[in-house]
Amino acid sequence: MPVEVHHYDLGVLQLTILGSALLAAALLAALYAAGAAVYGGRTGDRRFVQSSRRAVYSMAALLTGAVVILEVAFLRDDFGFELVADHSSTTTPTFYKLTAMWSSQEGSLLLWAWVLSLASTAVLFISRNRHREIVPWATAVLAGIGSFFIGLMIFKAQPFSHLDPAPAEGAGLTPLLRNPYMAVHPPMLYSGYVFWSIPFAFCVGALIARRLDASWIRTTRNFALCAWTFLGIGLLLGSRWSYEELGWGGYWGWDPVENAALMPWLLGTAFLHSVMVQEKRGMLKVWNVSLICGTFALCLLGTFLVRSGVLQSIHAFGASTVGGPLLALIAVVAIGSTVLIVSRLDGLRPERRIDSVLSRESIFLVNNLLLVGLVLVIFWGTFFPLISEFFTGEKHSLAAPWFNRYVTPIGVLLVLFTGLGPLFAWGRLSGTAAKRLLLWPAVATIATIDVLLAASDAGGRPWALFVFGFAAFALVALAGEFWRAGTTRRALTGESHAVALGKGIARNRRRYGGYVVHAGIAFVLIGIAASSSFQTNRDLRLQVGQSAKVGDYTIRYDKLTSDPTAERLAFVSHLTVTRDGKRVTNLTPARNYYPSDDPSAGPIGRYFMGESTSEVGLRTRTGGDLWTAFQPDLSVLNPDIVRGNRQLAGLPPAAQEFAILALVQHYVQNPPPANFRVILNPLVVWIWIPGGLLVLAGAAMAGWPALESRRQLEAAYRARLGRELGTASEPS
Amino acid sequence: MEVLLAVVIVVLVAWFVTAPLRDRPSAKPEDRSEAELADLEARKQAKYRQIRDAEADHTAGKLSDEDFRRLDSELRAEAIEILKGIDRLRQRRGN
Repeated sequence: MPVEVHHYDLGVLQLTILGSALLAAALLAALYAAGAAVYGGRTGDRRFVQSSRRAVYSMAALLTGAVVILEVAFLRDDFGFELVADHSSTTTPTFYKLTAMWSSQEGSLLLWAWVLSLASTAVLFISRNRHREIVPWATAVLAGIGSFFIGLMIFKAQPFSHLDPAPAEGAGLTPLLRNPYMAVHPPMLYSGYVFWSIPFAFCVGALIARRLDASWIRTTRNFALCAWTFLGIGLLLGSRWSYEELGWGGYWGWDPVENAALMPWLLGTAFLHSVMVQEKRGMLKVWNVSLICGTFALCLLGTFLVRSGVLQSIHAFGASTVGGPLLALIAVVAIGSTVLIVSRLDGLRPERRIDSVLSRESIFLVNNLLLVGLVLVIFWGTFFPLISEFFTGEKHSLAAPWFNRYVTPIGVLLVLFTGLGPLFAWGRLSGTAAKRLLLWPAVATIATIDVLLAASDAGGRPWALFVFGFAAFALVALAGEFWRAGTTRRALTGESHAVALGKGIARNRRRYGGYVVHAGIAFVLIGIAASSSFQTNRDLRLQVGQSAKVGDYTIRYDKLTSDPTAERLAFVSHLTVTRDGKRVTNLTPARNYYPSDDPSAGPIGRYFMGESTSEVGLRTRTGGDLWTAFQPDLSVLNPDIVRGNRQLAGLPPAAQEFAILALVQHYVQNPPPANFRVILNPLVVWIWIPGGLLVLAGAAMAGWPALESRRQLEAAYRARLGRELGTASEPS
Repeated sequence: MEVLLAVVIVVLVAWFVTAPLRDRPSAKPEDRSEAELADLEARKQAKYRQIRDAEADHTAGKLSDEDFRRLDSELRAEAIEILKGIDRLRQRRGN
C-alpha cells in the first residue's frame, strides 16, 4: 500500500532545521548575554553590558522567528513537524490550531522562553540608562533563565522534531482543550510566571550590587503588577474552564497544579503590598527580597509540577524528562537567594520602626503573615503525598475538605483586611479617626449578618456568614474612601462632586486602582462563599418525558438528539426548566465522543471508547446559575458495537461511518434513561463578573503610566530637540 | 539553503551583538550622571506621591495635626535633599 506523502515534505524538513538552528542561536545569544553581563558588571566595562543587552534583544528576535515557524506550520497543517502531527489535524478549527502550540510540553517551553525574552527586552530597554550597578546582574539572571529553558528544549523537549514520512492527518487537539478559556489560559499563566522573573532578577542584581534602596522596586513595579494580573487572569480562566468543561460543576478542586499557580499569586500579592511599605517608610526590606525570591521559586515549582508527573493532575502534561532539570533550577534559585539575602542582612535593616499598631504598615505586616501562612498551608497540602511517601512509604493525598478546613479561616481574615488596609494611614491613624472611619463599615458588617440570619439559613454556615459580613465591611470602607476622595478635593477646589472625585482619583491612580482591586476581591470571595456553602446538588436519572424537582425548579427531559461532525459524535439532551409552572429556560447539555486511535477498539467501537467531554447546559443570572450536565447510558449499544466491529471491519471508511450514524440514530429514537447532574450555584458568576473584571480594571488603573511621567517624557524630548538643534525650545 | 540562511542569521546577530565591543573603551571616566539623574528624578516623584498621600490622609481626618506635621516635615526634608542632589548633578553636567 503506497505511503501517503505530504506535498510540503522537503519544505518542512528545511523549516524544522531552520527552527532548530534558531533555537541553537538563541541559546548561544543567551549564554553570551549572561557571560558578557557578568564580565561587564565585575569590570565596569559598559561596552560588555551594552553588548549583553543586545544579545538579549537578539534572543527575543530569534525566538520570535522560531515561534512564527511553528505557528505557520500549525496553520498549514505541516504534519512533517512532529508537534503539529501530535496536537493538530486538518479538521481542527483555525483558532485552536493557533493555540495548539502550547498544549504540548515542547511548545509550552517555547512559549515560556519567548515571553521571557520579550519581557527581558522590555525591561532592559526601559532601564538602559539607569541602575548601572544592578542591570548587569539582572541581565545575567534573565539570560541565565532564558538559556536554561532554551537548553531544555534543545536537549530534552525539541519542538522542531521532524517526521519522515509525514502522516497525511494529525492526531488533533486533546478534546478537553477545545475550549476558548483553556486556549488562552496557558499564555496568561506563563506570562504571569515569566513577568515575576523581572523583579526577581532586579532583586538579585540589587543584592549583589548592594543597592538595597527601593530603586529596583520602582523600576520593576509595573512588571510585578503585570505578573500578578496575568497570573490572576490565568487562574480565573482556568476556574471558568473547570466549571464549564470538566462536568463536575466545580471551579476549584485544590488540584496540585491549580495550587501551584495559586501559591505564587498569593505570595506575589503579599509582595505587591509589602513593597509599598519599603517605598514609603523604608521598612520590611528583608520581607520584600524574601517574598520576591519565594514568588519566583514558586513559579518554577508550578512549571515543574505540570511537567514532572510527581503529582497526579488533570492539568499536567504527565511524566517527562524535564522534571529533574527544573528541580535543579528551583534548588539553585532557592539556595542561591537564601545565601544572598543572609549575606546582605546588614544592608537590609529598616530605616524606621513601626510607630503604631494603628498604621497601614502594621496592617501590611499582618497581611504578609496571613498570606505566607496561607501559602504554607496550601504547600503542605499539595505536597503531602510526597511527604507521606518519604516518611511512610505510602502516598496519602489530602482532598478538598482538608484544604477548606484550614484555608477558610485565613481567607475569612483576609477579607476583613481587604477593607482595613485602605482605611489606615501611613505612620499612625489617630484613635478618634479610627473610631470614625471604622463605624460605618462595622455597622454594615453587623447589619449584613443580622439580615442573613433572619432571612436565610446562613446561621448554619458561620464561615460563609463571616465572609459576607467582612465583605460588606470592605465594600463600605472602600466606598467611603472614594467618597472622601471627592469631598476633600471639593472642599479645596469648589469643583462639583463628580469632577472632584474624578480628578482626585486621577491624581492617585495607584491608590484608587488598588481599592478597585480590593472591591473585586471582595466580590470574588462573596461568589466563592455563596456558591460553595449554599449550593444545591442533585444527581438524577430521567427517562424522556420525565421530570424532577431541584430546589424551586422543575427539570423535564424532553428529547434526545445527535449532532455528529467530522471530528466527533455528540448526544444532545433537551431540557425544559420551569418554576411555579412558568417556563424559565431551555437547556441542552451534551456529551461529545471523540474517536480513539486504538485499533483494538474496532472500527465502530473506537467512536465510543475514545475521550469524551461534557458540554454543560448553563443558565447564568446575577443571583445564581442553573448548571446541568448529561451522561447518556451507552451500555445498551454494546451488543451492536461488538457485532459491527466484526461485520464491518473490512469495509471502506464511508460504509463504516454510515453504520455508525445509523446506530446513533437508532439510539436517539429509543434512548434509555440518562443520568443528569443539576446544580444550583448562588452568586457564582460574581467570581468572574464583577469580581474578576474589577480586579483587572483596578490593576490596569494602578499600573497605567501617570500623567506626570507622560508630561515629563514630552518635556524631555523637547529639551533634547532644543539641544540637538542648538536652540532653546519654547514651553507649550 | 536552510543551513546558509542559519549561518547568515548567526553572522548578523553576532555583528549586532558585538557592535559595542568594536568601540574603543573611553579614556575618560564614565559619565554616570544621566543614570543618577534618572534615579533621583524617580525618587523625587515617589517622594512627592508620599507628600500628597500624607496631605490626603490628613484632610480625610486619618492623621492628627501633630502626626501630620511630623510626617510632612520629615517627607519634605527628604524631598529637599533629593532636589539638592538633582541640582548638584545638573551643575556638574553643566545644564
